[in-house]
Amino acid sequence: MSAAIITHNLTRRFGDKIAVDGLTLEVRVGEVFGFLGHNGAGKTTTVRLLNGVLEPHAGKAYVLGLDPLADGPALRARTGVLTESAALDARLSGRENLLVYADLFGVPQRQSDSRVSELLDFFGLSDSADLKVAAYSTGMRQRLALARTLLHDPELLFLDEPTAGLDPLAARQTHRLIAALARQKGRTVFLCTHNLVEAQRLCDRVGVMERGRLVAVGTPTELAARYVQQVQVEIEIAAEHIEAAIELLSHASGLLTARPQPSADQAPGGPLGALSLRVTGREAIPDMLALLTRHGVRVYRLTPHEPSLEDVYFALHAGAAEPSQQEHTR
Amino acid sequence: MNRRAVSAIARKDLKVVLQNKGVVLPILIAPLVLFGALPWMAALAPNLANVGGMNVNELRELLAHMPEGLRTEMALYTPDQQPIVFFLVYMLAPLFLILPVMTSSVMAADSFAGERERRTLETLLYTPTTDRELFVGKLLAPWLAAMVVSAVGFVLYVVMANAAAGRVMGSLFFPTLMWVVLVVWVAPAAAGFGLATMVLVSVRAQGFQDAYQVGSIVVLPLLLLLFGQISGVMYFSIGAVLLLGLGLWVTDVVLIWAGSRVFRRGRLIARS
Repeated sequence: MSAAIITHNLTRRFGDKIAVDGLTLEVRVGEVFGFLGHNGAGKTTTVRLLNGVLEPHAGKAYVLGLDPLADGPALRARTGVLTESAALDARLSGRENLLVYADLFGVPQRQSDSRVSELLDFFGLSDSADLKVAAYSTGMRQRLALARTLLHDPELLFLDEPTAGLDPLAARQTHRLIAALARQKGRTVFLCTHNLVEAQRLCDRVGVMERGRLVAVGTPTELAARYVQQVQVEIEIAAEHIEAAIELLSHASGLLTARPQPSADQAPGGPLGALSLRVTGREAIPDMLALLTRHGVRVYRLTPHEPSLEDVYFALHAGAAEPSQQEHTR
Repeated sequence: MNRRAVSAIARKDLKVVLQNKGVVLPILIAPLVLFGALPWMAALAPNLANVGGMNVNELRELLAHMPEGLRTEMALYTPDQQPIVFFLVYMLAPLFLILPVMTSSVMAADSFAGERERRTLETLLYTPTTDRELFVGKLLAPWLAAMVVSAVGFVLYVVMANAAAGRVMGSLFFPTLMWVVLVVWVAPAAAGFGLATMVLVSVRAQGFQDAYQVGSIVVLPLLLLLFGQISGVMYFSIGAVLLLGLGLWVTDVVLIWAGSRVFRRGRLIARS
């Protein structure tokens, strides 16, 4: 698989502040690449550098085989950028907004009207196409901005928070669109997002930025294996055995924390209780289960949870995800 | 140069700007007041002795202090016609230049500073247009609008001046050759001056209002011309108008070159 984006030591400063610090990255053609990070982590600056809108102070980038600095116009004809704010002309109608950009992106004039109508229809904006954008809701503006990004059928999409302000239905439609663009049309998507569930669902690989530096890159599974060794395990046992189970498990190898959880389920012998365990790894689970059953604690359900991208993210930004509830810690 | 893109930017800016009342109202009101109402006041002046504290004799005294060239030209007219010619042909000439300067500068403030304030500039920067195409597209809309407003203002003035002063003048006396030179040679350069000044102001301004207020200094040179005439230092002869146009064109080239140096993606995005 060839590379859509290659950067080597890409650096950009604003005064004393380093916005992007030695970014070395490769994004493959046809993948959905998630670019994660807090506000101010350097995501937007990276998008600007990769589109030749901003000059780097050091390093090189090649996007679709082109140098963004030297070949900016040719490159931007093949990329589509959805900025964080929809940035539409509120004094123009939805249709007028798209027609202007059809001209700017060189959509063949004969096809402009039909392409614009097709996108307005796809994003459910046909009925409001001739209203001024000032009258649009946040969600409508976001959909119109997405339509504008797709006008010229770009090979590489930079999407900054594409589902911000969308209702759940529109967000799901957008997720499907992004997936279809990558899987069916072979488009590359560079997805800047805070939405870790969205990233987990859509991205083949992700990169995590922190203060301008790329601190991790890989598939969500690879990152989970690399950065989150702990496993969350939910177990259901008889409610009367909760205290005893916590005491038993506190002597088991591999337990990090154990805390009781509310449960409304019933077992044949009485009400059920639940425990949430944090253990050092999956290998600790069989011994814990054996320990409980050996001491007469009947386990009705045991569910290990794979670490999510959210766990990875918080592990990388240590200290941000510590639970505040009272815990029984070994 | 991608003409389709340049034209798209210019058309978009025109559509957007024309919906801003803060831009459209002064552009509509200025020609109506200056060239719809003033000709009547000037034409009626000889019959309105002591109006505004100035009587006809004082007007004649003022003419006596004018440069010799102007006095020679005025000598071709009767005493009743002289005040009319003095006001309508000479005094209002620098005021006419307010039309192209004001139109282009107000529209440029909305097009450059306003676009950044509305946060719509960034998406334009992500299009395949070059910095030069974007710059030319954005210059084109205010300049063309200034030309249309100047042409309409001029036609209005021709009609009003002849209608108001026709009885005293006895025939169609306006426009004079000097005014034709003013409209064809100086007005386009004056529009460029207002525009280029506002481009430089807009790069540093916070938004439309900020740029508009700071940029209104562009009318100062026009007021200097007006006071220069009133005080008898100079007058709008054909030679002076040709020279004024040349000076403005040269200034335009310098200012637009400076504007093109600051209108770069990297600089604009860093401030957006």
